[in-house]
Amino acid sequence: MLTLVAILVDGVIYSSWLFIVSAGLTLIFGVMKILNIAHGGLYALGAYTAVSAIGSYFAGGYPPLASYALLLLVAVVVGLVFGLLIERGVLRLMYGRDEIVIVLVTYGVFLIIEDAIKVIWGASPYYASQPYGLLGRVQISGLAFSVYDLGLIALASVTGALLWWGLNRTRNGKLLLAVIHDREISAAMGVDVRRVFTVTFVIGAMLGALGGAFTAPTTSVVPSIGVELIVLAFAVVVIGGLGSIEGAAIGALVVGISRASSVHLLPEAELFVIYGVMSLVLAFRPQGLFRRVVARKI
Amino acid sequence: MTMPNVISASFLLPKRPVRALVAATLALLSAALGSQAQEAPKLKIGIVTFLSGGAAGPFGIPARNAAELMVEAINNGTVPAPYNSKGIAGALIQTVVIDEAGGTTKQVTEYRNLVQRENVDLVIGYISSGDCLAVAPVTEELKKLTIFFDCGTPRIFEDASYTYLFRTGPHGTMDNVAAARYLAETAPQAKSIAGLNQNYAWGQDSWADFRLSMQALKPGISIVTEQFPKLGAGQYGAEISALLVGKPDILHTSFWGADLEGFVLQARARGVFDARKVLLSAGEPAIFRLGAQIPDGTIIGARGTHGLFAKPSALNDWFRKAYYDRFATPPIYASYKMAIAFLGVKAAYEKAAAGTGKVPTQEAVIKAFEFLEFETPSGKIRMALGKGHQAIGDNAIGTYKFDKAAGQPTFVDVKYYAAECVNPPEGVKSEAWIKSGFKGAKCN
Amino acid sequence: MRGPAVAIGLPFLLFCGLIAAGFLMPGWLRFITLIALAKGLVVLSLMLLMRAGLVSFGQGLYYGLGAYAAGLGVNLLKVTEALALLALGVAVAGAVAWVLGFLLTRYREIFFAMLSLAFSMILYGLLVKSSALGSTDGFNLPTPTFLGFAFAGTAARHALFVLTASVAFAAALLLHRYLGSTRGYLGEAIRENEIRVEYLGASVRGALHVKYVLSAALAGAGGALTAVATGHIDPDLAYWTTSGEFVFVAILSGTGSVAAPFLGSFVFEMIRTYAFAYSPNTWQMVVGATMLLVIIFMPGGLWSLFRRRPRLVTRS
Repeated sequence: MLTLVAILVDGVIYSSWLFIVSAGLTLIFGVMKILNIAHGGLYALGAYTAVSAIGSYFAGGYPPLASYALLLLVAVVVGLVFGLLIERGVLRLMYGRDEIVIVLVTYGVFLIIEDAIKVIWGASPYYASQPYGLLGRVQISGLAFSVYDLGLIALASVTGALLWWGLNRTRNGKLLLAVIHDREISAAMGVDVRRVFTVTFVIGAMLGALGGAFTAPTTSVVPSIGVELIVLAFAVVVIGGLGSIEGAAIGALVVGISRASSVHLLPEAELFVIYGVMSLVLAFRPQGLFRRVVARKI
Repeated sequence: MTMPNVISASFLLPKRPVRALVAATLALLSAALGSQAQEAPKLKIGIVTFLSGGAAGPFGIPARNAAELMVEAINNGTVPAPYNSKGIAGALIQTVVIDEAGGTTKQVTEYRNLVQRENVDLVIGYISSGDCLAVAPVTEELKKLTIFFDCGTPRIFEDASYTYLFRTGPHGTMDNVAAARYLAETAPQAKSIAGLNQNYAWGQDSWADFRLSMQALKPGISIVTEQFPKLGAGQYGAEISALLVGKPDILHTSFWGADLEGFVLQARARGVFDARKVLLSAGEPAIFRLGAQIPDGTIIGARGTHGLFAKPSALNDWFRKAYYDRFATPPIYASYKMAIAFLGVKAAYEKAAAGTGKVPTQEAVIKAFEFLEFETPSGKIRMALGKGHQAIGDNAIGTYKFDKAAGQPTFVDVKYYAAECVNPPEGVKSEAWIKSGFKGAKCN
Repeated sequence: MRGPAVAIGLPFLLFCGLIAAGFLMPGWLRFITLIALAKGLVVLSLMLLMRAGLVSFGQGLYYGLGAYAAGLGVNLLKVTEALALLALGVAVAGAVAWVLGFLLTRYREIFFAMLSLAFSMILYGLLVKSSALGSTDGFNLPTPTFLGFAFAGTAARHALFVLTASVAFAAALLLHRYLGSTRGYLGEAIRENEIRVEYLGASVRGALHVKYVLSAALAGAGGALTAVATGHIDPDLAYWTTSGEFVFVAILSGTGSVAAPFLGSFVFEMIRTYAFAYSPNTWQMVVGATMLLVIIFMPGGLWSLFRRRPRLVTRS
């Protein structure tokens, strides 16, 4: 019983984290058809910037609780600056090229970001855990959990709800959906697809940085955190169905719960569980759990 | 392809033109001073250590820093006796530094480049056991003196023997044997253990050594859970819950780097340290970084008598001060291990030269290196295993206590273990030795 | 149309030149060339799939399988003949591909890429879990014999070079013939329009299955040769970054010719080794920037330098 509770809580916390870090990836893929490996770099940039910002914030002796707003601010600023830089500076030159070529372009950007981080922050790990410890812990069925971790569930829910609302209930969101559905027709109908691309990429970048910024207090950041993350996030969005926000949420839950079950019940399988689940899902639902309808080319 | 004669700072300089410029300046300078440095023979050393990836921060960079310090100190003759002569057997060191990242195929390629393209006289390097295993046979093929300074797997000299290869760092077995002995002595009431180790060779081997040692020392001890999260996972929520559910008396982890720091932060927040002994078998590099974040009472090892476990001596005092003055951070075990490699090389070369005033041949150096005993900042190192090619040294384990007044990490209840107490005798494989109940161990 | 004499003659001359160069070049360069040729085989295998519109992010699966088959062949089965080890690597990779092919040929685009990645990561996980195989530390291979001759030292390196160059040459030649045949051209037809291919009476899945097994066999050969040349294998051979590197080199090379993968592979190894030596702290940045520049300025890959009229092989 205790194990069951632990699996559920651990699983949902981990899923929330996965959802935050992979929502941007799936959004960018949905709209732009770009599998953005640089997402890992944006995540790392968000994490590093957050650590630096928190460090000087607490050194300055400002009210501790407002540090959570600082994390949000970091995500917005990093996403805005680097999202614009990458989209305007690099990707814009590539539109119309093969999807796989663009994947490699983002991989190149990712490598450059990795070394740039090393040049700026050095190779040593950094941590700034003040916001993590601030909220203390609670007991659930006698097990101690960190309140901050539980807060991630709320953050993920709010992020998901805002994305859903923005896409389905606002005019701009509907334009976005139109572009997702058919880029050429949207352009023909007068949608400024390039602007939509820029805005999408920046939002996606902010989500990546948001993941990094809110992960930073829980752990220690090193230059390689981006690499570790990116395959995980890929697995989540592929399981859910690329380009679907609901899919990313379900994918995150599937991966999170399976991983937690494996850790508690069968620790030896932890390394396989994500890829095992991914292979299984793809074997039965070749396009992921939430597939998009694609017209056949004749 | 010849390299410009850059003496000590070559790895600080990124580009060839800059190097050439500095080399020219240095050459002019030495000519102007009329020194004999121009005629002094050179010893070109290839240095391989992690400059990128997760292992760079906790091991690679501190080791590179130590190399930088040692090269300069040896060339200037500022290391305390018996290493106070200038250079190595009169030869001034110059270095080529290579990143250890990229995997074993890449590292075998780069090792060949160092020997055949850069024409180094010897190579000092390798933190990853996989890289060590891959490079070892190539040292024989290319017949080049090579010193492994850090990698931990006992398989190198237990599965094969080598002529040109030496390892000045004791292998990893003694880390966990010493830790198990320490816990058996200080926590005799413990009835259950649990393991949390990264899912790769280092984590698996560390846990196997520790588990077998505990079972040999305290038969009947139960194992609650064996967790192997992915290397670099960063999030340990589920693993921590599993530990809290299982309630082991002792938790063993060989985590290092960011994984260790992340785990300590998360585990502390959820009270993992409150009701049990937690052993961080390779935790020493983290103490200066985490400071008060590591709860007092945590048991920590440094993979030898390095860092705060190193006993005061002229060599150690000099090394700590010189390192701190230069890098504004205390040296950690990877720094000590790199320094040991340099001192071993210097000792072997000078024993081989034995007053001839000439740089000895590689064959003579190898003969001198075998079964060599030499003083280091970490105490005496003896090349006792692997037909005189594998070092052993003493080990120490201590209980962590953060000195709030001084703002400094310290260790209390430190226990020292003689090299023969925690290392298998020559010719016996580590695992078999532990399973035999440490047959032939000499503990004081 | 060039005459058949030129078509065979020029590559053969190049091959002889390569073998001769192998004897003349310094040891380190020979080793890099050797590794580039072995990895070039894997890139060639990707090119074969790319021509049919499939990009595998999991070619490390077969690269790793080939290497481990060769490694276990030496250490477990006590096979010491290099050619036999090569055959073993090819056979194991091919056999696994034949089984997985039934599933994978149903997938296209990113789903094919991700599913192949998942399989390679499952192999990686299995290898990391196998402490009998040394887990992530891997294990060493002794130098094999060549057609029964046991060479040592430099002679063994020369023999290995000749073997690898010959295998690469033979593979490139055979693949060139295959790509020029009707079955070979089916790949491009599938990439352009699968449904029309089916209307024309060809089996898309059948054709892709054959290509998939061929591609795995090539990658397995590359893995076996790398294992024998390096003398060490570990699970990183199957890790996703290894697979990603192959895709990168394939794009860098271009799909214009069967020689392109070997050229691209060599250029990549050289860029990386000099970046390592002269920019040890920022070599990733050098590699990444090179990648961007090539993609921006050479859309057809390096091979476009050798064509008067670059033919874009990317999809619109």
